[in-house]
Amino acid sequence: MVLSRLNGLGDDELVGELNEIARKCRIEIVKMVYRAQAGHPGGSLSEIDLLTALYSTQLRIKPKEPKWHDRDRFILSKGHASPGMYAILAEMGFIQHTDLESYRVLGGICQGHVDMKFTPGVDFSAGSLGMGLSFGIGCALASRFDNSERECYVMLGDGEIQEGSVWEAMMAAKHHELGNLNVILDCNRIQNDDFVESQMRMFSIPDKWISFGWNVKEIDGHDMKEIVEGLRWLKENNEGPSVLIANTIKGKGVSYMENNPKFHGAAPNEEQYEMAMKELGE
Amino acid sequence: MNMTELAASRDGYGNALISMSGDPKLVVLEADLGKSTKSCWFRDKFPERTVSCGIGEQNMMLVAAGLASSGFKPFASTFAIFTERAFEQVRNGICRPNLPVHICGSHGGTHTGTDGSSAQSIEDLAIYRSLPNMVVMHPCDDVSTEILTKKLLEIKSPSYTRTARNKTPRVYDLDDSRIQIGKGVKLRSGSDVAIIACGVMVSKSLEAAKKLSERGIEATVVDMHTIKPLDEELVHQLASECKLIVTVEDHSVIGGLGGAVAEYLSENIPTILRRVGVRDRFGESGQAEEMLELLKISTNDIIDSVLEIKEKV
Ligand SMILES: Cc1ncc(C[n+]2csc(CCOP(=O)(O)OP(=O)(O)O)c2C)c(N)n1
Ligand SMILES: [Mg+2]
Repeated sequence: MVLSRLNGLGDDELVGELNEIARKCRIEIVKMVYRAQAGHPGGSLSEIDLLTALYSTQLRIKPKEPKWHDRDRFILSKGHASPGMYAILAEMGFIQHTDLESYRVLGGICQGHVDMKFTPGVDFSAGSLGMGLSFGIGCALASRFDNSERECYVMLGDGEIQEGSVWEAMMAAKHHELGNLNVILDCNRIQNDDFVESQMRMFSIPDKWISFGWNVKEIDGHDMKEIVEGLRWLKENNEGPSVLIANTIKGKGVSYMENNPKFHGAAPNEEQYEMAMKELGE
Repeated sequence: MNMTELAASRDGYGNALISMSGDPKLVVLEADLGKSTKSCWFRDKFPERTVSCGIGEQNMMLVAAGLASSGFKPFASTFAIFTERAFEQVRNGICRPNLPVHICGSHGGTHTGTDGSSAQSIEDLAIYRSLPNMVVMHPCDDVSTEILTKKLLEIKSPSYTRTARNKTPRVYDLDDSRIQIGKGVKLRSGSDVAIIACGVMVSKSLEAAKKLSERGIEATVVDMHTIKPLDEELVHQLASECKLIVTVEDHSVIGGLGGAVAEYLSENIPTILRRVGVRDRFGESGQAEEMLELLKISTNDIIDSVLEIKEKV
């Protein structure tokens, strides 16, 4: 594990530690968006428990050597949820905590949407939805051609998977039986304008992936124990591509942001900011 | 021209949809960015004539084409950059059969806020200009956007209109009769140089002209809201009157307004020209005004370009 202090912990202790890391990340997420008075808190808060467990317990990465060729790849395809990624990259030591102040600031390394040209530890320049899974197939094929053990993880949003290119990629990943390709789907039921249900009904998301031949597992995306087990399942499942469908709450951890489409892409005002800090125990 | 009120051109698009709603053939399509492009105002009032396409721009463009082929008048919007994802659908499914689908790309250019380069469309005018049958517009304020959008109902071909995210000075008074598709508007007259601008750069050009006047240089400023068909008559006239031309756009210097004007001039009336625009690079995160400075398309850069070519003659 990247964080050596987590080695050898029992399950309960590990879950406690991870929840604490996620809490600190949530504070940073809200601070980034508040400082910039712009950005995407909702999808950052829904994904952060997943990112915390993934980075802390599973990814084979070297924060001091971000371009290490045989690192596992992580692609945040829903690139607007960058505050979540920057927060965990800072926790892992890829970037400094002070770098978080450069979020959306001219000349800063933390761009509005994750960008591999600007931020150490970012493997894909996202921002246009529906592109990360195809890119991930390329990374997974490269790993196979290199005879490498490295795995590729792609995080998608539940609005994002409405893009047709995602379905082209789902088909291709199965066609090529990419066992080293793993998707984490952040199902927070909200997209930009409104709830997914009102924008484009998806019916059974698990059934859709199953019918494309993927291995599918559903979890509660805020239950750390289920997340850690789910991620292990993803890694160990090497017969064809796998998707971990995480049921989450958009804005999780800040009461007025939870399940509120308004906080997909809006910053809190001063009063709301104070309230968020209080709720997150800052 | 008051230039004291601030408004965003995307609001003009939202207003136009509402005021055209009396036409029963009008339909509005969105791809999960209605709150941003302002088609949401229409959706709130006329949900039965608003088609949600989810986050699926390619699908949206061809759904619009099908509606147009059946006699409807579809207006489809998303961010300028995400219309580009459906470029080939627009090319083959809309422009080739010449179906009157009206596309609006909001948040165009680099004047978009802090989202960064993935959201900054600096090539939309160029790529849509390259398509046969396509009308391409980039109005400078909410008033002209509303007027021009409404006039689209009169044309038989497809169109692309770029609007901007941020509030900028309102250039026109309501009901300005000079605003016609395909006709540039002379906002200021001067015989030393002609500045031809579009979009958010029109008010910047007027600002530059004012400062140049303090230095004894009188500039004509034209709002060339229609990039295609280009108002060639006006460009010709400006070239013969002023001898020097500067184009200004929040867009790549390749293929947009500057490209269109350069093509016309060099084939018909060779004239000294400077193109103020993005010099073949991507932007990054930053405030809108910071971005104009970083990319060298601010008011001062317009002034510098004018001074530079003045020196040439
Ligand atoms: C191709 C494309 N179309 C539209 C957008 C604008 N946009 C940014 S975020 C978003 C909603 C995303 O929803 P979802 O994937 O569910 O993300 P989350 O809820 O996790 O924030 C939209 C439409 C975009 N970034 N890319
Ligand atoms: Mg979502």
